[in-house]
Amino acid sequence: MGYLRLKQPVALPPPDDDKRWKIIDVTMRRNGYSGHALIETLHKVQDCFGFLDDVALRYVARSLRLPLSKVYGVATFYHLFTLKPQGEHTCVICTGTACYIKGANDLVDGVHERYHAKPGQTTGDHKLSVLSARCLGACGLAPAAVVDGKMLGKQAADALLAEIEKAIE
Amino acid sequence: MNLHELQVVAAEANAKANAQKRCVRVCMAASCQSSGAGGVLKGLKSLASSDADHDVCVKGVGCMGLCSAGPLVRVSSADDTPDRLYQHVQEKDAKELFASVDDGPVERLACSTDLPFFTRQKRIVLENSGEIDPEQIDDYIAAGGYEPLVRAVTEMAPYDVLRNVTESGLRGRGGGGYPAGLKWTTVARSPEPDKYVICNADEGDPGAFMDRAVLESDPHRVLEGMALAAYAVGAQYGYIYIRAEYPLAVERLEKAIKQATKRGLLGHHICDTPFSFEVEIRLGAGAFVCGEETALIASIEGQRGQPNPRPPYPADEGLWGCPTLINNVETLANIPAIMREGGEWFRSIGTESSAGTKVFALAGRITHTGLIEVPMGITLREIIEEIGGGIPEGRKFKAVQTGGPSGGCLPEEHLDMPVDYDTLRSAGSIMGSGGMIVMDETSSMVEVARYFMEFCMTESCGKCVPCRAGTAQMYELLDKIATSTGTPADLQLLEQLCEVVQACSLCGLGQTAPNPVLSTLRYFRHEYGEKLRPDPLLQPVAAERNGK
Repeated sequence: MGYLRLKQPVALPPPDDDKRWKIIDVTMRRNGYSGHALIETLHKVQDCFGFLDDVALRYVARSLRLPLSKVYGVATFYHLFTLKPQGEHTCVICTGTACYIKGANDLVDGVHERYHAKPGQTTGDHKLSVLSARCLGACGLAPAAVVDGKMLGKQAADALLAEIEKAIE
Repeated sequence: MNLHELQVVAAEANAKANAQKRCVRVCMAASCQSSGAGGVLKGLKSLASSDADHDVCVKGVGCMGLCSAGPLVRVSSADDTPDRLYQHVQEKDAKELFASVDDGPVERLACSTDLPFFTRQKRIVLENSGEIDPEQIDDYIAAGGYEPLVRAVTEMAPYDVLRNVTESGLRGRGGGGYPAGLKWTTVARSPEPDKYVICNADEGDPGAFMDRAVLESDPHRVLEGMALAAYAVGAQYGYIYIRAEYPLAVERLEKAIKQATKRGLLGHHICDTPFSFEVEIRLGAGAFVCGEETALIASIEGQRGQPNPRPPYPADEGLWGCPTLINNVETLANIPAIMREGGEWFRSIGTESSAGTKVFALAGRITHTGLIEVPMGITLREIIEEIGGGIPEGRKFKAVQTGGPSGGCLPEEHLDMPVDYDTLRSAGSIMGSGGMIVMDETSSMVEVARYFMEFCMTESCGKCVPCRAGTAQMYELLDKIATSTGTPADLQLLEQLCEVVQACSLCGLGQTAPNPVLSTLRYFRHEYGEKLRPDPLLQPVAAERNGK
């Protein structure tokens, strides 16, 4: 139906005057506000805001002229997108096959025991989010974990807890 | 850029490298970086720059293979002594290593290069990895890169490229093993004006990191493979669909695309010919099912990554309804070598039905974990016991898992089997994309089967019922058995369910999800048996009888 569109799609006014909306707008404009840029745009929103909230999903849906249901569908389909705000610090534990064989479960249990958060959960005080990854590709260093973006290889539960402790302080 | 200009660049880069024979290479792949290779490289670089008359070249290179011994550093001296490899290098060792270029080896950190891990490999896809700086296009050109592409577009017809690939007998390295030449020919034959080439770098298989290593170590090789594929089939646009979990690979690819476009080796009118090819990167968002062709296409189109029934195959109707060629990273990385040396040469490597080499990611309970490339037809025993150095801590080998969640576990008695597509399949496993996880006696096979089933259950996209409901039920049954609450009836039900899910699922994820269960049942049935408890329906009767 593209030929029926007389005017070039234009940028919608952002939901508030946060400067980060501009970055998101640039991504959508580069892709000509076309619907197939949805995943790219959601990546950008998550990069900028840390998670996808209602306001952002609505704004993206209207800008790309997609039904909100579709945007919500895509945002919930992919594991990487999160609709909840993350804690101040993150700990990603790899649960790939190599890490599983070498005891990734001990790491998960150790973190759960100490912080009462399972993968996918955030502690009550919003200090720490625990996540699991399907494979970080660091199988040579199994079991591996990532604390605040820093890759840690050949971890034991105590060492990992010490690292998290250090990151939080 | 024409052939002559390319050769001039190559000659200049080579002359520079020869003048600077003394060279220190630091592995900067993700694995070594996370053990601190970045600091080592920085330290060595500052030493090199403060020491002008020394004239030692320090560079970051791609994966050297032996990830478990990282960070790795390779030192080439001025004389003809062989290169020395150092392992577990830390930042504080930089000074000592830098001095070793002239002063002789540092025995404390030395890593023998005579290990079967290095000598038994045959490197085609990884030939430049660990040699060249992946962020410098000149390094790749100096190693003979882009010459096959320039020769193809200026001197050959698309048909000649196709013929070479068909002759080579190359089969898809993503797991399926479909002959690449056949796939290419289907797309090439289509009369549609718009065609696409997609590089599948969505390596979701847990325990596999071959594609990441290739993209991080030699990104230009994949781009060249894509451009050759596009020329052969007549495509103008290409996409690389890559996992967002590989930030380093994405960064290097972006850089590589920019460099190649600037040199006129990608983009409009490559080498001043009518052939144009543009490449864009698309990031995945963490869905295993997107490794399936049709789901991957849906994801590039901005939709949920759900597969569609085939036919129509992507080669006829793919991205935006246009004929689309989808190949895996490793498949495309083989193409430049095939074009350089010829299809016949490639066919002479490996076995009759599976030509060439295969890259494996060796991990789990094994002494040398890392990345290896071996000719097809090598036995599993050679890979595990010789190249991998066997099982550490004196434990006993139990099983090797190939093919990830779609593959199977093979026991000791299958270790002497040659590794090729058909033999692995007949043994109940698959070649897969190349993850190879070794397990020792401490691993319970029921738990391994449960682990993979949990993976398939959470990764099932939910489109078709057999996979969505079947994997969940199979997981429940396996969980029951693994926690010793299952009965023989549960096991029977599990086996029936395996058949149904295998036969009725829409895409590869569901069709192959039962494989880990089936293969562990085939070879380790006793482990299931040990965990079963008698049927509760029969039990009271027996107890009553005993009471009487």
